[in-house]
Amino acid sequence: MSNVPSDLKYTKSHEWLRTLPDGTVEVGITDHAQHALGDLVFVEVPEAGRKLTAGEAFAVVESVKAASDVYSPVTGEVTASNAALASEPEAINSDSYGKGWLMRLRPAGASPPALLSAAEYEKLIAEEGG
Amino acid sequence: MAFIPHTREDVEAMLAAIGVDSIEQLFDEIPANLRLSALAGVPEALSEMEIGRLMAERARLDGRPLCFIGAGAYEHHIPAAVWAIATRGEFYSAYTPYQAEASQGTLQLLYEYQTMMASLTDMAVSNASLYDGASAMGEACLMAVRANRKSRSRRILVPTTVHPHYRRAAAAVAGNQGLVFEELPYCTEEGCIPPGSLGRYDGQDITALVIQQPNFFGRLEDVDALCDWARARNILVIAVVNPTSLAVLKPPGQWGSQDANKGADIAVGEGQPLGVPLSSGGPYFGFMTARMEHVRQMPGRIVGRTVDVAGRAGFTLTLQAREQHIRRAKATSNICTNQGLLVTAATVYLSLMGPAGLERVAAASHARTRELVAALSRVAGVRRLFRGPVFHEEAIALDRPVAPVLEKLAARGIIGGLDLTEHYPELGPALLVCATETKTTADIERYAGALAECLREARAA
Repeated sequence: MSNVPSDLKYTKSHEWLRTLPDGTVEVGITDHAQHALGDLVFVEVPEAGRKLTAGEAFAVVESVKAASDVYSPVTGEVTASNAALASEPEAINSDSYGKGWLMRLRPAGASPPALLSAAEYEKLIAEEGG
Repeated sequence: MAFIPHTREDVEAMLAAIGVDSIEQLFDEIPANLRLSALAGVPEALSEMEIGRLMAERARLDGRPLCFIGAGAYEHHIPAAVWAIATRGEFYSAYTPYQAEASQGTLQLLYEYQTMMASLTDMAVSNASLYDGASAMGEACLMAVRANRKSRSRRILVPTTVHPHYRRAAAAVAGNQGLVFEELPYCTEEGCIPPGSLGRYDGQDITALVIQQPNFFGRLEDVDALCDWARARNILVIAVVNPTSLAVLKPPGQWGSQDANKGADIAVGEGQPLGVPLSSGGPYFGFMTARMEHVRQMPGRIVGRTVDVAGRAGFTLTLQAREQHIRRAKATSNICTNQGLLVTAATVYLSLMGPAGLERVAAASHARTRELVAALSRVAGVRRLFRGPVFHEEAIALDRPVAPVLEKLAARGIIGGLDLTEHYPELGPALLVCATETKTTADIERYAGALAECLREARAA
């Protein structure tokens, strides 16, 4: 059974999003996603300063089974990325909502896009057979 | 003989199983305007007997000329053992077998090849080869765009001293992917890129700089200054190098004057000089090596050394998540193979020569070229075109159009070099000549004598 913290927002493509006190957001992939990918061996994160549009691929996560793009849940500018993942990609497997974060970005525009609540995301992965 | 083992019944059974009427129908989703009904210019098939006779006649037309043309492909001595080994049944195959459980010998050979190329270029990692030097440069430009994440411009600076065919091939390979190639002019006195001329790009977003060493004219570029300029500006450096020359010249991994952070990012080149015959232009192979930080952006296959379940050393393809069968449309490249047979020959060649042998080939080629240019420069109406050092080819200027002179030389059984007029009209009548270790003093004197005669005839006409 996947871990789906109730205080985060989610996407249909299995990213999570956490709003930080300073208004920026932190993004990673869900526990369900890391479980489906298997042991991660490489992660490519974006450069700070890169401007992203919601739905744009911003990172690549590569496991022993597959390499997958990760999509930005919101439009905005990257303020930081998790450089520690270069030497420790397995942090995504062990702590996908903590040390496994991929990037932080400052959202552009006021209206937040349509994201899933924890309950909605749990329903989605249950329907996907997860 | 049919090379497709399926009988008509097999094909019909398979089509019935998937509910399709004909093989043609499988391709319906490709729009008609993108499909060729026939290959223009490709004649009907010939029998083995007919093709054997045709090729023997064509080979006779080539004759046995004395060849002083280089310009990207070089006539070197190939020890007889090279192809005796490369064509053994264990290696000789129409398609490189990569299955680790069945192909340890092939994989070990490719691993040894990668080790040799990484050592020769002084770069951290090599792939298992690409199709040829020109397309390898195109792949290197695409790779640089993926690897240089500080740059968004996709602008690649390409000096006009880079082989004209390589520039065309790179544009063909990469041009439709939004890369912009900007040509850097060269100094017509020196035949090189003046590093000072790069100043006008300061402050601009440039993704990569291509540097060919020796350049197309055989001249040595100031690679340290060019590399320093690029690296100080987050511009990736793509080295295009001749593998033989690396036995005597500074390898791309050491380009630049700074101790830390020096060297090119990607090195590519044509592998033909390493044991592959000229054979009318191909097949050859391209090589590519890179800094370790760029390994996941490399195209092609990479063989790694590992251990099996019992802890025994073995070899297998590695980093395959870059490749098409895993990443589909987002693969780093559509190249999912290598030039296995040519790479086998090159690996055998390099192991037979060793570092000392390759250095002797390089030094002898350089000495022969100097002897050739000295002999030709004594001919009335001939002079050296550029000042400065060369490796094993050099441009010379003639006092009259080159093409008729080359025709007269050909009639005397001599291929006199490459006419530079088509690609570099600003140089006037100019000829690119090359001598490798295969040329003797008698060969060189024969050429110089014939050139003097041909020029006299041309003057008299």
